[in-house]
Amino acid sequence: MREVLEGSQAVARTVARCRPGVVCAYPISPQTHIVEALSAMARTGELEGCEYVNVESEFSAMSVSIGASAAGSRAYTATASQGLLYMAEAVFNAAGMGLPIVMTVANRAIGAPINIWNDHSDAMALRDAGWLQLYAADNQEAADLHVIAFAAAEELGIPAMVCMDGFVLTHATDVLELATAAEIDAFLPPYAPAQVLDIDHPTTIGTMAGPESFTETKYLQHLRFLDAAGVIEAWSERFREAFGREAGGLAVRYAPDTLDRDREAPPADAGDVVVVAMGSVLGTLQAALPALRREGVPVRLVGLSSFRPFPATALREALGGARDVVVIDRALELGSGGVLTGDVGRALAGTRSRVRSVVAGLGGRPILEASLQDVVRRAHAGELEPLEFLDLKEGGVPVPHHGATEVHR
Amino acid sequence: MTTVHIPFLQTGSLAVGGRLLSEDERSVQSHTDRPSSLTKGHRACQGCAEALAARWVMDTAVEASGGRLIVANATGCLEVFSTLYPESAWKPPWIHSVFANAAAVATGIASSLHAQGKDDIRVLAQGGDGGTVDIGLAAVSGMFERNDDVLYVCYDNQGYMNTGVQRSSATPAAARTATTPAVGRAPGQAWGQGKSMVKIAMAHEIPYVASATPADLRDLEAKVRTAMSIHGARYLHVLVPCPVGWGSESRLSIALARAAVQSGIFPVVEARAGELTDVQRIRERVDVTEYLEPQARFAHLFKPGGEDALARWRAVAEANIRRYHLLGGES
Amino acid sequence: MRQVRIHGRGGQGVVTAAEMLARAGFLAGHEVQAIPSFGSERTGAPVVSYCRFDDAPLRTREPVLAPDVVLVQDPTLLATGGVFAGLAPGGLVIVDTTTSAHEVRAAAGAEDVEATVVTVPATSITLRHLGRPKPAAAMLAAYAASADDVTLEAVEQVFRARFPGAVGEANAAAAQESFAFVRDELTGMSEAETAAASTRED
Repeated sequence: MREVLEGSQAVARTVARCRPGVVCAYPISPQTHIVEALSAMARTGELEGCEYVNVESEFSAMSVSIGASAAGSRAYTATASQGLLYMAEAVFNAAGMGLPIVMTVANRAIGAPINIWNDHSDAMALRDAGWLQLYAADNQEAADLHVIAFAAAEELGIPAMVCMDGFVLTHATDVLELATAAEIDAFLPPYAPAQVLDIDHPTTIGTMAGPESFTETKYLQHLRFLDAAGVIEAWSERFREAFGREAGGLAVRYAPDTLDRDREAPPADAGDVVVVAMGSVLGTLQAALPALRREGVPVRLVGLSSFRPFPATALREALGGARDVVVIDRALELGSGGVLTGDVGRALAGTRSRVRSVVAGLGGRPILEASLQDVVRRAHAGELEPLEFLDLKEGGVPVPHHGATEVHR
Repeated sequence: MTTVHIPFLQTGSLAVGGRLLSEDERSVQSHTDRPSSLTKGHRACQGCAEALAARWVMDTAVEASGGRLIVANATGCLEVFSTLYPESAWKPPWIHSVFANAAAVATGIASSLHAQGKDDIRVLAQGGDGGTVDIGLAAVSGMFERNDDVLYVCYDNQGYMNTGVQRSSATPAAARTATTPAVGRAPGQAWGQGKSMVKIAMAHEIPYVASATPADLRDLEAKVRTAMSIHGARYLHVLVPCPVGWGSESRLSIALARAAVQSGIFPVVEARAGELTDVQRIRERVDVTEYLEPQARFAHLFKPGGEDALARWRAVAEANIRRYHLLGGES
Repeated sequence: MRQVRIHGRGGQGVVTAAEMLARAGFLAGHEVQAIPSFGSERTGAPVVSYCRFDDAPLRTREPVLAPDVVLVQDPTLLATGGVFAGLAPGGLVIVDTTTSAHEVRAAAGAEDVEATVVTVPATSITLRHLGRPKPAAAMLAAYAASADDVTLEAVEQVFRARFPGAVGEANAAAAQESFAFVRDELTGMSEAETAAASTRED
């Protein structure tokens, strides 16, 4: 049933239908609407058989999730920004112990200066935490990715973050079709943990590993992570077959002219300018690029749904040897460039592609279609610098005028 | 026929065994089939009272729960000496996550068990003073506030012994540690306000709070048994002398724990819902020097210039005796 | 595509208005999207939200820059500027006020902007029916009366669904009164225009 829903409500309902045993969270903007909805569902009984735990910090939210997952429950939490950093130690720990917790990250900037608005700095800061990181392009995918995330995480024994742009998606209302409880029951295998704190078969979880065994432990974790791309792809494929719509996957292709998401779309040509992006800016690019195609600019779009594992092979295949690659990056590696650009560059090492980094939408700066079109035109003309900041205002930090949040290009 | 009266000194004494008591009066430790939850082969130091207390606490909890116990452990000596891969000295299902989160991990386990309908399986969380009084305090307080069904046990050896004896907020005043050296005008740990974790726990008005030492096995076991008979958040604070950190002889660990109690420095108490309900009276009062002098960390108190600190410690003991009526009187 | 920008103050239900407009638009068969402005604004601070209708799925996440329709829930915002900003030529501006379109234009410094300005005392109407200054239903009904993107029935339906019971009914009643008010106003306007046109012809 297609319905009009706020992104956070869509995610909360989908998570509830995945039947978590324990949901534990600490409120932080812009994740709040998700956990508010889940806490209400836990009390109304819509979220049955589930313990909802209100804790005193994100660090405890992740720690409760660790305990719950280790004791045999499907565990879910959600956070953003400072909250993700506050729980960071436990985030790494969950991955090291192979606990398939699913966490929504309502992507938000990291302070100082404190900023509650959207970019990808938070999840990017934990890119090597050993979690899967799946990015939603829109609210439909944000909801659907949670189903795929639980399935893939539990098969792999690797926890998964579902990253959705804070406010831009979490607080936006769209027309969506949610997977029903019955559909998810048929799709998602019951939680069957690989290791569990069991009084009949006692185990010790979380031992110390010395220099003689730590490298091998990490190597095995690495090998497991290498399996992740195939598992994500397989579950995304199963999702498409079961639900009749696309979600997840690795590198997402778009049809050249309509910019529709199209798994059959051909790879880019050598002469194309390919824009690579992640998250909700993909929708704005879908809206902005057809006009350029009509102008005769040979532009193509490739999205990344999976950032961890980074799908280097799928990305290279989609890029098809394109000469000009423009990465729209929502997080900054200070002194270097976009964070995503670094991964794209590594994936394209040894190819003839030139990678340009456009850092866009930091701290909630709206990303405008016209600005993106300008970037692509200049890339096509060979005028784009290796690193640019979209709509950067010259002359220092501007003082905003009073009044409503307004948008000016 | 002449009968000779042989005094069985163990009976009724404070000794571990108590095998001559009737079956139901014996300590868990006196049984040959005691659970030995923390089994042999671990790497604790000689004379480690934490290892001893942890085994006693957990054995009692295992027995009280009918073997249905899951344990969450904070980072610290107890974790490091017991679980160096590929070995584990723990018999019950046991998890270590990170330093500051044992209470929250335990909440997660309890929540999961409740969601699974396995409320008969009990949850115990444990950590040292660092993981409880310092870095883990927020999680412990959160667990108390929610009244989660967890027994939290703090083994207080009064410092960061695992990392080489640095001070914690549980380090006693004037004690020398690696980060509070016994030099300068105010040697050792500063005379701050201290931090009573027992009082903090009581302020949460959780169902049960108690303190204990390994100098009194029966009291320790009784408190664990009481705690295990109650649901909700429970807190047990156990003073565990550390020969390495305290600079004391390994053989003195139990004696020091006893001296801490008998001098009035460490009150052994019991509280329910925020109200003090029982206090262990001092049996044979000793001077604070009996506790302080065998410990190298207090050596500077017994040199010229240490008189003031020693006097302050006597005042602390007096205050405890007065506050908790440790010598009797109204409580 | 039809793009709407809603101005108001924190506490007036500006974000709810955009969501409800999207819901009403969906009932009218459109693809819809509602975007709140994301701020840490407190009660009373100026707030905007956006809504889009289209026949094709809406993909862009850009805030509305060139609205076809602007709804103003608080006339005191007119003087702060920006209400007419980016308005598409021939756009529609609906203002919650007891004054006239002429006074609205004067207050906003928009005397010469090519736009239809509709005024409706939405808050007054809502206070009578609901007892609280939450004029969203009345404003959306004014929109329904001025354009064919949404219907009055859809506006009533989405408020009844969101606020079952007395609150929903009060919103629906406010919507009906507001709708009738604006229809009368528009009839008056078109008669005046006809008169003006015939005058010019003469």
